[in-house]
Parts: sequence; C-alpha cells; structure tokens
Amino acid sequence: MRLNGSQIFVEVLIEQGVNTLFGYPGGSVLNLYDALYQNADRIHTVLTAHEQGAAHAADGYARATGRTGVVLATSGPGATNLVTGIATAYMDSVPIVAFTGNVPTTQLGRDSFQEAYIEGITMPITKHNYTVRRVEDLADTMRAAFRIAQQGRKGPVLVDIPKDVTAAECEYTRQPPELIRTVTRYDLDDVKAAAAMINAAARPIVVFGGGVRSAAGCQPLRDLLEKTGMPATYTLMAAGVLGYGEPHSLGLLGMHGCYAANKAVNEADLVIAVGTRFSDRVALNPAKFAPRAKVIQIDIDPSELGKNVAVDLSLAGDASYILQAILPFVEKTEHKLWMEQIRAWQKNDYQPVDSDTELRPHQLIEEICRQAGPDAVYVTDVGQHQMWAAQYLHHTHSRGFLTSGGLGTMGFGYGAAIGAQMALGRNARVIMLTGDGSFHMNLNEGCTAVSYGLPIITVIFNNQVLGMVRQWQTAFYGKRYADTDPHRRTDFVKLAEGFGAKGYRAATPEEFKAAFADALKQDGPSWIDCRIGKDEKVLPMIPGGGTVQDILME
Amino acid sequence: MQTVQPTANTSPRRVISLLVDNQSGVLARVASLFNRRGFNIDTLTVSETNDPKISRITVTLRGDEQALRQLILQTERLEVTRQIFELDPDKSLLRELLLLKVACDNKNRAELREIASIYKAKIIDLSPDSMVLELTGKPEKIDAFLTMFSEYEILELCRTGVTALERGGKHQHMQKPRQEVRAAQFPLPGSPSART
Repeated sequence: MRLNGSQIFVEVLIEQGVNTLFGYPGGSVLNLYDALYQNADRIHTVLTAHEQGAAHAADGYARATGRTGVVLATSGPGATNLVTGIATAYMDSVPIVAFTGNVPTTQLGRDSFQEAYIEGITMPITKHNYTVRRVEDLADTMRAAFRIAQQGRKGPVLVDIPKDVTAAECEYTRQPPELIRTVTRYDLDDVKAAAAMINAAARPIVVFGGGVRSAAGCQPLRDLLEKTGMPATYTLMAAGVLGYGEPHSLGLLGMHGCYAANKAVNEADLVIAVGTRFSDRVALNPAKFAPRAKVIQIDIDPSELGKNVAVDLSLAGDASYILQAILPFVEKTEHKLWMEQIRAWQKNDYQPVDSDTELRPHQLIEEICRQAGPDAVYVTDVGQHQMWAAQYLHHTHSRGFLTSGGLGTMGFGYGAAIGAQMALGRNARVIMLTGDGSFHMNLNEGCTAVSYGLPIITVIFNNQVLGMVRQWQTAFYGKRYADTDPHRRTDFVKLAEGFGAKGYRAATPEEFKAAFADALKQDGPSWIDCRIGKDEKVLPMIPGGGTVQDILME
Repeated sequence: MQTVQPTANTSPRRVISLLVDNQSGVLARVASLFNRRGFNIDTLTVSETNDPKISRITVTLRGDEQALRQLILQTERLEVTRQIFELDPDKSLLRELLLLKVACDNKNRAELREIASIYKAKIIDLSPDSMVLELTGKPEKIDAFLTMFSEYEILELCRTGVTALERGGKHQHMQKPRQEVRAAQFPLPGSPSART
C-alpha cells in the first residue's frame, strides 16, 4: 500500500498498540497532525499547555501502566522543550518514544527557522535516537524505537522526522509488533551460590529498587521474603512494590529513609540488592555502605553490577526471573533474633508529632490515604513533599507511586498526573502531591486537566518557601536563606477559578478533611492550598557522604 | 570541555577494538559517551571493514581495570555497538602512520636523510626549504623517531593514531555473541569464573 510519511507514522503507531499520544502541534509536524486528525477515532491526541508537560505526561502514562508512552513535538523549541522530560525518563528507566518534527532535509544544518539539532542534544539522555532522512526508513525506524524503549533496561528513544519525510510517499506493509525478548536467562551456578549465601546469613536484608517494578512481576520478591523471613527496604523508585503494612517491609532506605532500615543495612551480614544501582541518595557513602555485609546484586543492566558499590556476587537478568530461580534453593527460616533486633531499632525511629490545630505533613498524607483509598495512584513533584509522600503514604500497589527519582525534576507532577489519568481512565483516582515551589513550575497544565475534564486532585504542601533547599540552608549554611523565600502572593483558589478548576484553602485538619472530601466529588481538576509551617523538615536525614551514624532526627 | 581523568597517565596503555554499525553519527555517540563518563582518549581511528555494514574503531587510552570495565560495559549499551573487546598487548600488532614536515636547507638535508634512512622513513616531498617524511610503525617507534627531531624545526606534524589487530586467525571475540565476550573479558563480580 502506498502511503505518505504521515500516514505511515499513524499506521506504525497503531501497529505498536498506541492509542494515546501527548503532544503539541507546530509548523514541522503539520502533516503528522493532519494524519492524526483523520485518524482521531484510532489515536487519541492530548494537547498540553507546554511540550515539557507532554513529555512528563507520556512518562506518567508509561509509569502507571508499563506500556510505552508517546509524545510528539514540533522542531526547534518544541523539541528542546522535551529535553527535561526525556532526561527524567532516562534517569528512571521509563519507556517512552518521543517524536519530533524537523525542518525539511534540504534545510537541515542551515540554521533554518525553528531548527534544532535535537539528535545531538538528546544523545546522552536517550537509549538511542534517530533522524529519519528517507521515508522508506520511517516505518522500520519507528518499530526499532518501540523495541529499544522496552528491551532490557527500559528508557526513552527519540525519532526526529524532517517535514519532507512526512509528505513523501513510499510502499508500506503492515507488520505485527516485534516480540520483546525478556532477559530470562540466568546462570544456575550463580543462582545456587546466591541461595547458599542467603541460607548462611544470620542478618540478611533485601534492598530493592525500581528494577523490581519494571521486572516481569513483583510476586517473586514477596515469595522470597515470605519463605526466608528476611526484612526488606526499598529506594524511592520502588515505593509501593510492597504493600503498606506488609510484615517484611522496613520502609524507605537512604538519605531520608527510616533509621531502622539504614541501621539494619549497616549491621547486616548480607545485602541482596535487587534492581537498584546504589545511587548517592541510597549509598550515601559507597565505601562505608553495608560495611559488615557481603553484597549480592541482581540487575538487568550488566554495566550497573558493581558500578557504585563493590559486590561479592552479581547476577545479570530480569529480577523476577532470577528471584523465582533462587526461591527453591533457599531454606525456610524466620530470622527471629534479627527481626527482634530490627523491631527494637524501629522503636527509636523518628516519630512525627500530631497536631489538632495546625496542618502537619504526615497527618495530611494520612488523611489523603484514608479518603482516597488503597487503589489511588499518587504522583509527586520534587522536594520535601515528595519525601514525606515516600515516607508516609500507605502505598498499596507497585505502579501506584509516580515520582521523579533520578533526575529530581520539579514540575514533573502535573504532566505525569495527566498521563496517568489518561492511561487509567477518568474513573481512576489520581492524587498529586506537590509543594508551592514545584507547582509553580508547571501549573500551566492545570488548563489541560480542565480541557479534558480530568478529576486530578492536587494537594499543595504550601510552606511559602523552597523547603528542601531551605532545610539544607538551615542545617549546613547557617540559616542564610539565599533565594528560598520567594514572597509569592499567589492566591491558589483564585488561580483555580481562573483556570476553570476548583480551588480550596485549608488551614486546619478539619478544613482539609472537608476540602478533600468535596474535591473527591468533583468531575474536573481541583487543588487544595494547605498552609504548613516554613520550618517543617524532612526527617530523619543522613547528610550526603554520611552513614547511619550521622543521622539527624531533629 | 571538562574531563575528569580517572587515573594518572602512568597506567598502562590499553587498546580497545570496537565493531559498530557503519552509519553517520556513530563516532559522535561513542566519543560523547567517553567524554561523559570521563575517559581521556589517547588515540582513536575509524574505518570501514570488509563488511560495509560495519566500521571498526580502535581506541587507545590509559586507565585502571575498574575504569576500563566501566568504559567497555557502558559502550556495549550503545545501540550501535556490535562488539567491543580489549586487545591483548602481547599478541597485538599496533601500527601508526606519521607525516612530518621539517624545515631544512642545504646544510642539514644530509643529516635528515640519514635519520630517515636509519628509521626506514620515506622522504615523500622535498622542497627548497622543507622536507616531508613518512613513517609507519609501532607508536613507540614513532615516538623515538620524533625525539630525534628535537633539534630541528618541525613545521607540521600529523599522526593517524593507533590501528591494531591481534596475530593469528580471526579474533575469537569477533565470532561470539556479545554476552559471551563480556563474560570472558569481565566475569561478573562473584561469578564462578571470577571465584576460581
């Protein structure tokens, strides 16, 4: 069948099972949008306020479902506006495919209007990227992009399409999507060696990260914990993999992790690291990380094995398959003494103090959980509220907590929430937690949520300052608050009205309870401005380069 | 351009052979990765192989075992990389080509010819005030040759960088899947082959 580039673009998207595309039109993608317009019954396009929001939406869509998110932007500024979103997905290994238009091939390299060399710009923040110079290459390039995004360690791929390629014609033959080969292979000797180490350990602990969420299933991890009675702690990227209150879960590890989890890793004689790369927010001091322990590392990306922390045994492959293979070789144990020891440490953990009159972050989050229920999907921005969310949310499912971990992108939240809501449908409950700093970065996407009638509830932890940076200035910079007190006078309720959304203000726990209950009844987006204290801190905290010995509890 | 040097330049020279897709932008991808990960490249050569779909990149650099391991594993992740392996220095043939333009006059022309003949360098251009010499050899030989010219006025100089092959039949790593090559070169920490 003879088709032009734009028709091929649509056909390959359909081949790949894409039904939602986030994007923003422009000169170089006019042909593509025209083809999308004529296929509106097959592919739903979502127009955001800014390309960055579209990139985060594709990312949120992928995080919420595991399917590949798709974003389309025009050349030049449209393409460069995607960069933060692509880098965010790259750092957290999220599968997205970004398409950008470009000037016609004859105009490439001439500093033409709205030209940017996006292939070069995104080279270090994509798994791979392409410029399609011939329409004959378009279909296969797109297919390769979708394969690469999902294969092995997942991540973003960019395809740049010059305008003349979208108009030129060639023969197109429909193809079924390629089967993505999962890394199911493992070395049986390694598996047995790992099991022997687990059986021999007196104080073992599992440390797991985002790789578990990406892996073909979280159940093998739970099975292993149940059989061996080992405790487990997780990184930010794996919050929600173990449900709230599961007996083996010690909670968050690392800079703002619990005392007990950090202490347990410090005292353990065996650490089983699953799908985690020991980032500097987890192994704050890689030389002193788990000093008494042997380390087993399981990761799908061989270049991560032993990269940051020296390991004694490493297994390359999909975490779920390897854990499944280990299971029959481990002995059933309870680790009673070890767990008792950990329970004792937990008694010394940081305990936030409740208040009846003021809004305190942990109480806000508990109220949100109580009302939104166990199936809600929580999305965060970046900063103090993000850490509180990781610490206090009653996570229940593995794709129920969407946050920018590696890149730490303020302004990630609203776009991601739109993506998640679009993926899960209007009946799903998507709650976004943000700070006044992060919200100001991309609140423009509020208009997108209004346009599409998305009932996203945003809770703004409004301390009127850039809290996380201010916390560091308090602790390490002699309270010299350089540019962290912006003196903004934004009226979030009026702002909501201006957008056509619903705004609330809450100053007490009672007011918040009522506001959130009302927000749950809305058909469209709403946000609640919650005034919290300027000096609220994220605790505990281990300063960069420190160990559990340096933990700050106040 | 800021690069963090992983180790001092006293570490031994390593020679890495890379088989990559022969398409535009491949060199940029490899070079960008090396720079991003903080590796300092001594020399780099690229050329098409007998298979027109594949190019061979030869890189020489100095770095310790850990740095090299990271470099190879990270480069292997690139979509364009087909195979990457280190060449065994004891079995490898390393060659470089030098073009050297020195100033000369009636007085020293004979001396220069003598140096050239000892090193078996060819004089490929002779002008009234300059001479161009061509020399092919191991990098060390080129270095030694150049030290002979410290007393003369070098006008221009161009070295191709190292290109290298191992002796004997087709390199064992060229015929194996990537995963096996990786395992053979860098046994994963704690794997049975590393334990023994």
